[in-house]
Order: sequence, then structure tokens, then C-alpha cells
Amino acid sequence: MKILMKGNEAIAEAALRAGCECFFGYPITPQTELLQYMAKKLLKSGGVFIQAESEVGAINMAYGASSCGKRVMTSSSGPGISLKQEGISYLAGAELPCVIVNIMRGGPGLGNINAAQSDYLQATKGGGHGDYKVIVFAPSSVQEAVELTMKAFDLADKYRNPVMILGDGMLGQMMEVVEFDDSYQPQKVEKPWAVTGDRKREKRVTNSLYIVPEELEKHNLKLREKYKKIKENEVMVEEYLADDARVIFVSFGMCARIVKSAVNRLRQGGEKVGLVRPITLWPFPENELKSYASKEEVEFFIDIEMNLGQMLEDVKLSVEGKKTVHFYGRTGGMVPTIQEIMDFYYSLKK
Amino acid sequence: MGFKRPECLTKESMHYCPGCGHGIIHRLIAEVIDEDYKENKIIGVAPVGCAVFIYDYFNFDFVAAAHGRATAAATGVKRSIPDALVFSYQGDGDIAAIGTSEVIHAATRGENFTAIFVNNGVYAMTGGQMAPTTIPGQVTVSSPYGRDPKVQGYHIKLCEMLVPLDGVAFVARTSIHNLKNIEFTKKAIKRAFELQMNNEGFSIIEVLSNCPTNWGLSPCESMKRIENEVLKYYSLGIFKDKGRGI
Repeated sequence: MKILMKGNEAIAEAALRAGCECFFGYPITPQTELLQYMAKKLLKSGGVFIQAESEVGAINMAYGASSCGKRVMTSSSGPGISLKQEGISYLAGAELPCVIVNIMRGGPGLGNINAAQSDYLQATKGGGHGDYKVIVFAPSSVQEAVELTMKAFDLADKYRNPVMILGDGMLGQMMEVVEFDDSYQPQKVEKPWAVTGDRKREKRVTNSLYIVPEELEKHNLKLREKYKKIKENEVMVEEYLADDARVIFVSFGMCARIVKSAVNRLRQGGEKVGLVRPITLWPFPENELKSYASKEEVEFFIDIEMNLGQMLEDVKLSVEGKKTVHFYGRTGGMVPTIQEIMDFYYSLKK
Repeated sequence: MGFKRPECLTKESMHYCPGCGHGIIHRLIAEVIDEDYKENKIIGVAPVGCAVFIYDYFNFDFVAAAHGRATAAATGVKRSIPDALVFSYQGDGDIAAIGTSEVIHAATRGENFTAIFVNNGVYAMTGGQMAPTTIPGQVTVSSPYGRDPKVQGYHIKLCEMLVPLDGVAFVARTSIHNLKNIEFTKKAIKRAFELQMNNEGFSIIEVLSNCPTNWGLSPCESMKRIENEVLKYYSLGIFKDKGRGI
């Protein structure tokens, strides 16, 4: 059945269908409807909902509940995610699953509450202290946000790692038609590490402290192996009209939808352009971009973002200098228009 | 019946400095659990600070929290497993400085777990810096001229702050500087756990403890310092007991 839902609420509903048992959050625009939806639904279904005193409190409650083997979610936006970084580092260090939603707003500092992609670097490069990675999904529609949220819970459990849904204010606030897959069943994962207080077995401890340097290095190398496995298995990317393209646009999230419209219009005008849209921002689709960079007919790349080029380094690293990568972005909560993107393209073709 | 090691303590040698109070407080918790909660689910929440390795000394489950966040983590734990006996174990830097917000709100929400708050008046693990609980005049490495309330402000009295909150079931300040007070501490832990298991709300025991290493005193002198100096600023007693109308 198709229903009309606001992005934030659709993500919350998807989480509930994915078996989310505990939600800890703190209000911040533009993600607050997610928290409100959880407040309405989770307590009634016997789950745990707490509006925490702060984002710091919320992420550490999530840490505690995840330690107990529960399916846990927390959500916020830029400034709140900055506060959660400490807890995210601990979750990654202790190898605890958790789904974290970041509906981005403009930054730095208080910035504003408009749609922006200002947290790419924070989300994909660790954000908190230490050598760790978070799986980052960047949906470009409410329907995709629903599907990725469900997948996020399964992957968080599978890899014992935090997974972030990185949307922007537009995705959180807009209403779109969505369809929930009623046949979806959350994957049941054994958690032989979960702290339950049971005293009839060996004790269990969730922890990220390895005081002996050799042991911490061993732990970090083990994490690296896990991240390698994630990179091998979990990359998701959409390639749109890119097969025969001479110019490849790269863009993620809602911004990529605008680029897609620009690609369609440019194609109508006879321009051979295509779009590569990373769905997972980490792991980044390096190999896919590299293969386009190696094609003789590809002249150059254009990276379009709603920031000042936070993904640009990843695109350039993937292209490995084989082709030029141009950048066009709007910041401060401004959204690029189809016309702007087309004009930028034509200015490069001159 | 002879004096023996409580069953819920492991055989691990503790890393604490000679004469430190943590060993005594660990033992008291272990005795209470052995006596009253042999069959219960138990989950401890470990702090950052001197007691960071507490999970090595007990043979039940632990969650190791970030500095100051033990009461937030314990909230997540207890809400997930409501029938478990849950306690956080935290130093003064942990619970009364960086974790002030977490403890006040856990208490306000009436979270049904027990915080064991060990107050030795310094940040001991990092080398004896001034804590929020450092008493006026006390010399530490970061208050080298003695804590001057006009400059560094006053010492925090966390227990007194928590008493008026409706979610709080039990508040006590105890000490371990002599046998009588060690017994009193054990009784307070017993009562707090009892109220927790009766779902009465948040409980906290502030235990005045010593730090011979950072105080620059022998273990015996450090116990006398609690008696002669610390008690002037921190009164002992049960400040709140919801079950008994205190």
C-alpha cells in the first residue's frame, strides 16, 4: 500500500518495522519529527523511548542499550551529531551496533536549519577520535530512506558497527509516497557478546579500553579487517546514463536528484552526460569511479554538492588523476537549481 | 565461619595503590550481592578513572562507559533489562564534573539503578588534579596554592543537590575511614539495592574515600584526614529514603 509520509516519519516507521526496540534522542531541527514519531509509537509497543537531556546523554544511553543486545536508534542533526561523536567513537571501539540518523542542516556552528550536506566529512572520516569507520548511507528519496533504514539495522548487527543514515533537511521535511515491504523480516542475529546480567555463564564486558599498546594495535588491526570486508561487500552506487557518457556527474543524496534532472535535460539537448551517485558514502564506490576515469571517451568529471566540496577529495582520490574533476556547490542551506548545474556544465564545455 | 573472599569477586589482584579505599568499597558491594542477590541478574557500569578496570574484579557482566557517561549508559542498560540489579561505579571527577548533567537527569527521571559515587576529592588517575569535590584550602597539582573559593569556587555537594528531586529514592553519604563507617557504608548499599529492586527510583551512595598517593599521606594518615578535615565539609548520613519517609 502506498502512503504519503514525511521523510523523518518514514525513517522512524522503517526503524520500527526493522525491529528497533530502543530510541534515545534530543529535539533538533530539521529531524525532530523522527523523535516525535518514536515517542508516539515506541512506548505503546513496549519499547524504550527516552527524550534525553542532551545528545551526549542520548548516544550514551544507546551505548548502554546496545550493550544489552537491543536494536537501538538515535537521531539528530549536524550540531547534535558533533556532540554524539564521542559516543560514536566508543560504540565503534566496543563494536556495538547502532543506527544513527543525521538529517543535516547548514553549518558550521549553529549554521541554519535549511537543507545542506555539511556533514559529509564528519560522517565519513571518523568524526570522533581513533581509527574507526561508520557505514554511511545517503538516500536520495523518502522511499530509499525507508529501505536503507531497514538495511542499516541488519548491517549494524551483522558487522557490530554503527551505521549512519545521512540525509539532509529536505529529505527529512518533504513528503513523498512510500511503500513498505510487508514481507520484510528483520534478520535475527545471535549476540553471544550481549550483556544481559545472566550469571550462569562466563561474564561479558562491553568495552573499548585496551591499555596495553600491543593489544590496542591488535584491536585496531582487527577493526581494519572488518572495514576491509565491509568495503568488499557493501558498496552501493547508482549509475545513471553513465555507460556512454563523456562527462560524469558525481553527486549524493537529494542533491543527486537535482543533478539527475539536469542530466535528463542535457541529454535532451544532445549532451552525453551521466550520473554516478554513491549510495554508501563509506564505503565509497572508488572502483566504480575509477573504471569511468579509465574510459577513453570520458572527458572529465563534475562533482555537485550542497557544501563547498566535502566529497571532492574522495572523488579525486578515486579518479586517481586520470581525469580532471570540476566542482560546483552551494552552501549555507542553498540548493543548486537544474539551470545552475546546466550552466556550469556549458561553461566547462566552452 | 572464617573470613573469606566474597564469591562474586574474581581472584584477580587489584591494581589500586596501597591503602586505597576502592578495594574496601568493591568488597562491600560484593558482600551485599553475595548475601542478598546470589541468583539475580547483575550488571555493573564501569567508569573512566581509577576504577576503570573494575570489571576485572567482579565475575558478573559489565558495560564500560565513557568518562562521566556511566549514568546515561546505565539508563540504557536498566531500561533494556529492567529485572537486573544495575549499578554504576564512579569517581568524583566522573560523576560530579563531566557527568553532572547525566546524573542529575537520570535522578530526575527516577531511573531505577544505583550510583556508587566514590569521593576522594581529586582526579586520582590523571595525577591528583583538583576535582569539583576538592575542599577549600586543599592543595592539589592544579590548585597548588590551595583551593580558594574566591578563585576556584566551592566544592560541590552532589548528594544535597539530588535530595529534592522527585525521582530520587535514596541518598546517603558514608565513609570508609573506620570500621563503624565501613559497616554503615555496607548498610547503605544494601538499602539502596533493596529500594532499586522494589522499583522505587534512583539511588545514590556517596562514599568518602581516601587517596594516599595523591594526598601525599600514608594510608593511616589519609584515613585520619577524612576524619579530621574532609568530614568538616561533608556530613554523613542518610539524607533520603523514600521507603522510610526520610
